[in-house]
Amino acid sequence: MKNTGNRIEGKVFVLGDNIDTDLIIPAKYLNLVPTIPAEYRKLGSYAMAGLPDSHKRLVAPGSVKSEYRIIVAGRNFGCGSSREHAPIALGAAGIGAVIAQSYARIFFRNAVATGELFPVESAQRLVDVFKTGDAAVVDLDTLTITASATGKVYKLRDLGDVKPVIEAGGLFGYARATGMIGKSRRKRTAKHGKNCNA
Amino acid sequence: MKATITEKIIARASSRKSVAPGDNVWVNVDILLTHDICGPGTIGVFEREFGKKARVWNPRKVVIIPDHYIFTRDEKAHRNVDILRTFARAQKIPNYYDVGTPRYRGVCHVALPEEGHVRPGEVIFGTDSHTCTHGALGAFATGIGNTDAGFILGTGKLLIKVPETSRFVLNGRLPPYVTGKDIILRIIGDIGVDGATYQAMEFCGEAIGALDIEERMTICNMAIEAGGKTGIVEPDKKTLAYVRARTNKPFEPVESDPGARVASTRSYDVRKFEPCVACPHLPSNYATARSKKDVRIDRVYIGSCTGGKLGDFRMAARILKGHTVKVPTFIVPATTHVAEGLITESINGKALLEIFAEAGCEDIAPPSCAACLGGPEDTIGRTHGNEVVVSTTNRNFMGRMGSKTAPIYLASALTAAASAITGHITDPREFM
Repeated sequence: MKNTGNRIEGKVFVLGDNIDTDLIIPAKYLNLVPTIPAEYRKLGSYAMAGLPDSHKRLVAPGSVKSEYRIIVAGRNFGCGSSREHAPIALGAAGIGAVIAQSYARIFFRNAVATGELFPVESAQRLVDVFKTGDAAVVDLDTLTITASATGKVYKLRDLGDVKPVIEAGGLFGYARATGMIGKSRRKRTAKHGKNCNA
Repeated sequence: MKATITEKIIARASSRKSVAPGDNVWVNVDILLTHDICGPGTIGVFEREFGKKARVWNPRKVVIIPDHYIFTRDEKAHRNVDILRTFARAQKIPNYYDVGTPRYRGVCHVALPEEGHVRPGEVIFGTDSHTCTHGALGAFATGIGNTDAGFILGTGKLLIKVPETSRFVLNGRLPPYVTGKDIILRIIGDIGVDGATYQAMEFCGEAIGALDIEERMTICNMAIEAGGKTGIVEPDKKTLAYVRARTNKPFEPVESDPGARVASTRSYDVRKFEPCVACPHLPSNYATARSKKDVRIDRVYIGSCTGGKLGDFRMAARILKGHTVKVPTFIVPATTHVAEGLITESINGKALLEIFAEAGCEDIAPPSCAACLGGPEDTIGRTHGNEVVVSTTNRNFMGRMGSKTAPIYLASALTAAASAITGHITDPREFM
């Protein structure tokens, strides 16, 4: 499923606090280079492969895409490594947005710079509100996440300083839009800078 | 306006008189560091965005140190080093430390300062979260992803938000059994793994001044484990001596202004500190080593950027001398310089290498990141089952050293060595 504008609709995958980069993409898969298209897709198949074996899987075995579109998590999402493989693995798996209480900053920055997914903070803790498998809609224009079953609406925090970067589709889009570097020498094919397949 | 060392470095790098926390500024980059894990992807971004024929902004400011997946049969790991080698050659990057040559060094965060690439007052970005290590020499240093690094390769600039500073004052004379690792694990235990999110953690005080550069590196290295943007120590005589012994390049050290505003200050009396561990699965799970003596262990791992420097092995050897280890004990020097030091340095006439051999440690591994982050299946020291590990590394997340079911206790080289002798977590004072 593709993001249409600033709206992401789909099933929610719920995680807890301090979801670290080794859980998101274990180090043994870091031999994959995200800018090589086949390896980008492969990274998607391993997204959240570091979770305990007893945990529900984000990506079904044998698949490169997740049935989920939105991750809901607690505090300090993405702590640990600067591996850009982390937001890329999630993005490649089809995750369009992470809604967490707070983020580790390198993960946050990498998510913004790559344009792989929207990292948005929730105004309240939502890990007990949503269950894995619930349907929801994230709307970045109204800054809300809506539980489809109940119609209940929960507030998201403003994107703040990084909003223009996100809107430009990532760091390169922003730098080109603001004249920091020359105009695009390459056609973008996907939404908000999801350009690893280009 | 009074400013912290971090603000002053960023102001200078962005050609401004002053900056304030929260400002978003473009900074000029002095050093971009990358390695075999994130280098190929960084190069991929650079070539995709700037073109196959594009040139890097300044080949002398790019440092490429393959170190992660080196001694493995993994074909993609080899391919990745080939990508680095081809790029370094095409771009005429002089500071490429190639695998399989006399230039090979090992762990980038130890090699970078060893080779004189870290200078006080400069701005260093690296495609590795532990790049904050280099704040130990009074530089502004932080970890970034491939996209940011690819951008730097093409432009020499990066947009960053000026971090607030939180100051940690370490007062008192450091007891011989308390190490840099014990200091930083104690601080992370107090503030939590997100306790310094996006802040510059500035370390100062008598105990910091008394530490050597390597120990300061251990402390700054783990600023990221509290969510810090960087760790930093003001340069002093030790810093200048260390740097001048390794580079002729000019540099301008920067210090914090007295009375500069900081977000918070925490003061400690290090005389009250104890040898400690971080229990699974977070670096913030602080416990004193003596309170965990019931934890039986299967393995000890002494290596990495926080625990595989020469000073770490001196500590380990001091404890292990005349004893025999009860569990497999891996000795992984961070760099080739450290490996040489194991031969040339001695205690009472016995080389460190001999001390480790006589204690029954595993054969000295070749310098690299090795099992610190698990890595390919054939990585030396990697866990594959339920091994309980005491490790001098910097992260104990679930699965960090390979197996999801192998719990990791982080500790200093002193505590790791003492635990190796007894087979359970042990306060090194028992052997001092």
